[in-house]
Amino acid sequence: MAATIDTVEKVREVTEQKYKYGFVTDIEADTAPKGLDESTIRFISAKKDEPAWLLEWRLKAYRHWLTMEEPEWAKVAYPAIDFQDSYYYSAPKLKAGPKNLNEVDPELLRTYEKLGIPIKEQELLAGVEPTMAVDAVFDSVSVATTFKAKLEEKGVIFCPISEAVQKHPDLVRQYLGSVVPYSDNFYATLNSAVFTDGSFVYVPKGVRCPMELSTYFRINASKTGQFERTLIIADAGSYVSYLEGCTAPQRDENQLHAAVVELVTHDDAQIKYSTVQNWYPGDEEGRGGIFNFVTKRGACRGANSKISWTQVETGSAITWKYPSCILQGDNSVGEFYSVAIANNCQQADTGTKMIHIGRNTRSTIVSKGISAGRAQNTYRGLVKVLPKAENARNHTQCDSLLIGDRCGAHTVPYIESRNRSARVEHEATTAKISEDQLFYCRQRGLSQEDAVSLIVNGFCKEVLKELPMEFAVEAQKLVGISLEGSVG
Amino acid sequence: MLEIKNLHASVAGKPILKGIDLSIGPGEVHAIMGPNGSGKSTLSYVLAGRDGYDVTDGSVSYDGLDLLTMEPEERAASGVFLAFQYPVEIPGVSNMTFLKAALNAVRKHRGDKELDAMEFLKLIRAKTRLLNMTDEMLKRAVNVGFSGGEKKRNEVLQMAVLDPKLAVLDETDSGLDIDALKVVAEGVNALRGPERSALVITHYQRLLDYIVPDFVHVLAHGRIQRSGGKELALELEAKGYAEFGVDEAA
Amino acid sequence: MTVTATTSPYLDQFRQLAPTLPGGRLPWLGALRCAGAERFAALGFPGTRQEAWKYTNLRALEKVVFAPPPAAAVSIDRVSSVLPEDLVRHRLVFVDGRFRAALSAVGDLPAGVAITSLAAALEATPDLLEGHLGRLGAVDGHALLALNTAFAEDGAVLLLSRGVDLEAPVELVFVTTGVTTAMTSPRLLVVAEPDSRATVIEHHVGLGETASFSNVVAEIEVGAGARLEHYKVQRESPAAFHIAVATARIGRDACYDNFVLTQGAQLSRSEIRAVFAGTGGDCRLSGAYMVRGHQHCDTTTLIDHAEPQCSSREVYKGALDDHSRAVFQGKIVVRPGAQRTDGHQLNRALLLSEHAEIDSKPELEIYADDVKCSHGCTVGELEDTALFYLRSRGIDRVGARALLTAAFLNEAIDEIPVEAVRTAFQDLTADWLQGS
Repeated sequence: MAATIDTVEKVREVTEQKYKYGFVTDIEADTAPKGLDESTIRFISAKKDEPAWLLEWRLKAYRHWLTMEEPEWAKVAYPAIDFQDSYYYSAPKLKAGPKNLNEVDPELLRTYEKLGIPIKEQELLAGVEPTMAVDAVFDSVSVATTFKAKLEEKGVIFCPISEAVQKHPDLVRQYLGSVVPYSDNFYATLNSAVFTDGSFVYVPKGVRCPMELSTYFRINASKTGQFERTLIIADAGSYVSYLEGCTAPQRDENQLHAAVVELVTHDDAQIKYSTVQNWYPGDEEGRGGIFNFVTKRGACRGANSKISWTQVETGSAITWKYPSCILQGDNSVGEFYSVAIANNCQQADTGTKMIHIGRNTRSTIVSKGISAGRAQNTYRGLVKVLPKAENARNHTQCDSLLIGDRCGAHTVPYIESRNRSARVEHEATTAKISEDQLFYCRQRGLSQEDAVSLIVNGFCKEVLKELPMEFAVEAQKLVGISLEGSVG
Repeated sequence: MLEIKNLHASVAGKPILKGIDLSIGPGEVHAIMGPNGSGKSTLSYVLAGRDGYDVTDGSVSYDGLDLLTMEPEERAASGVFLAFQYPVEIPGVSNMTFLKAALNAVRKHRGDKELDAMEFLKLIRAKTRLLNMTDEMLKRAVNVGFSGGEKKRNEVLQMAVLDPKLAVLDETDSGLDIDALKVVAEGVNALRGPERSALVITHYQRLLDYIVPDFVHVLAHGRIQRSGGKELALELEAKGYAEFGVDEAA
Repeated sequence: MTVTATTSPYLDQFRQLAPTLPGGRLPWLGALRCAGAERFAALGFPGTRQEAWKYTNLRALEKVVFAPPPAAAVSIDRVSSVLPEDLVRHRLVFVDGRFRAALSAVGDLPAGVAITSLAAALEATPDLLEGHLGRLGAVDGHALLALNTAFAEDGAVLLLSRGVDLEAPVELVFVTTGVTTAMTSPRLLVVAEPDSRATVIEHHVGLGETASFSNVVAEIEVGAGARLEHYKVQRESPAAFHIAVATARIGRDACYDNFVLTQGAQLSRSEIRAVFAGTGGDCRLSGAYMVRGHQHCDTTTLIDHAEPQCSSREVYKGALDDHSRAVFQGKIVVRPGAQRTDGHQLNRALLLSEHAEIDSKPELEIYADDVKCSHGCTVGELEDTALFYLRSRGIDRVGARALLTAAFLNEAIDEIPVEAVRTAFQDLTADWLQGS
């Protein structure tokens, strides 16, 4: 008996140590009634004081959603989700919304501080430019956005999407749903109906955004889904680098996160989108954790434009996510760099789609999947070359690393080419950490866990180097932490 | 410094070492020579603590510690360094990162302050110059795409950086041409000192022209068959291992 | 039983034909056939919503109602061989699915070897077939395999006793006359007992212009330490449909080598499923497909590493001209515990025309960590520089393209260890490039 309790305690210690973002913030929340029907949607829309067209769009999505079935093709297994047993709106109670950072609830600021996210505009030293602006989304709403004024000087709009609906309705109306239509897929359609907040970015013609833009997503409330919607538009000749981070408290229940991200680049514009996804993955036995069902898609509408996705996926009980590029503009470029780590009972089914439509379009896919414990990790990707995509080029490299003999690593690429001059190359390999490598590192003084972390980071290097500096360091540590206890 | 007593070890149930006795004092360089399959590499792996090399009898004491109960990284941190016969490739991990991680792990264990990037760079620059290595080699992934000579030089560089008390060199001369051999030997000789001991394992006498040992032992059939001074190596070179019941042209 | 418009004609035919099919008096066979018909009725023709048929649409096949082949034999004088005549000592010829003794010849056989037609074997030695027939080609999830099981009228049986080495290759020729819109359902059964060895060459050739449907099923048991080389040429007529499913079970330390050369049919699918049943097995699946016009060619493979320490290697290359379309789906599964697996796959396709299309889906599903698996896939056109180089040496554009395409395809053909077969396949490739 005592031994059992001891074990439980030990496991708890280990788990808590591992997932340091598992705490809950005690804050009063404004919540929609549980469940989902048209009144929920009207409630959300009314809360946000939305124009009629947006409510109509939401309702159209909802009605369509009712006709859809949950997708089953991904290599993930989970108990049926009861969509009525969840809250679709939860916002920390605010006095009429903070006008500036000084009005943000200090409890929230403390939460983000604990998470290591700077939600303040520190006094700047003379001559030092800020490198990052942050939009913090807490459950269903954005609670703070930093350096807005600084960005406005350049004409860059960076604000919660709910604010953009009010202040820049034409831009939102023009682009919302233009890359991921409301009818796209089960989760994207659900998101279209109930999305609550997210970030909106518009970079005007010819502007190079002066700092990294970052959104930090935090799920806090229990039994609450997070449905954020992000829309980024890079107008002709502009450039923006956007970072996204996510964490959630440790809970025994599964929580749904169904986000939609839409990117649009016009001629010669470029968006670099980086994600470090560290939602709570559940415990060693697979209890709890976030269901991360996300639709991310970018349209390279303009000639010579570029969209680059970089993701480090270490969290979530289930990840279902395929950041994609529609390469419409001639000479446009799509990139997807991914590290997906699945440990314990995690299941990840992730990859990308590269749709080559324009001439001379190019895409690069580098996917590094690491499986440990009893986890299942799948790369699923599509490279499609349409008949007009003269001289399209794709190169795909998918590597899997297995740690232990109870996990799975799967590669499911689809390659469809309808243009003779296109060249598509796909390579996939699997490997394990060899005893030789481990022994060699240990002979040089590294502990087993440090050796694993080092070797895995080496395996992921091609992807990690794509991350902005601030994120890269964090990601490297995360890679090590995510695999703790996987060898031994 | 190192006291090996009646060491028996087997690999996959097959006895390889059948009672080795060897004592190495501080500052001494011992050479172990022997034909293929005599157990030379097994001895080096047993000393470094590799899995799958099972000690069935005997003891190894190192600096008063029971070496055989220690984890490989503890042995490394306590100053046991094995220069591998076949250095391992680690894709994606730069030599520099690897060395820094290893050095700081060892320093931490010894209670020394971990080096920051600048201090480390300074140290490593000094060591690479000594070994005629380029910065470019430091940036490349550990041993990936290295020539045989480069790999061996890399081993000696690691040794120079980690500053061991006991260096075990397993067939460090294999695959080296004479110029590379000289560079490697110079690197090893530069580390010789009153507190540092070495065990040089080799098949051929050639290396011992450059790293002159204090003692030479002949290993055959899992045991040390004969011990002597450096002249023993020359004798072996001339006569081969025939007298130890091994039919092989040396 | 769900009966749809496309399946019901076959079910009607089955009810009529069943009593007359060979082995009609064998209860086990009758049950097997009925199970096949029921399974086919339940499943219907596969549709593109099924993942395994995502890229191959059978609508054109479903539109035609194929009848049993005509009772009266079409007269044929001679059937050409893939190999040089002097190498062919054992040959079974089937015309519109039925064995033709007059065109066939079986030379002296070592003791312990049986080569017969399926219909004859069901008459003479049904006990030898019971338990084998329908074992690897179980009707479970595959509608067309089930359809074949119901209708299989004839085919070839090769039985090799323990340790026997059948040196000369066995050629199986299936001629589709195309005189009527007929469905044939050839069934192949190879049982290679431990340590035996043989080479089988399957040759499907079409003569007429009428739409025909060959629905072929092969069951191949490769016992421990046995070695089977299995080569296939598919040269059906341009109006033909050709669907084939081969299932091989590879025993301990056994070796199965398969190569498929595809040139014919308007729509073809070659599906090969290899499963390791013991450690140390070796499986090589390769092929070359060359299609033009509006041909559709599907190659689907599954290698199931169910046991540790087995190795598999796949090399498929294809050339696509005109409006043709090719599909390659190759899956390697490594089961839990199948450590020290080696599995490598390569698929390369050459698009010779701006209207050709290739869909490729190489897939790895891995549940063991000590494995070396890889797949590679490339799609593209001939190298400009290579073309230019040849032309600058005086070879005209057409000749240069043919030369480079042949070189490209031969990389796969070079995988064939038997020289005579290799040469024959190279010649067939050269003929195709000449436009014949």
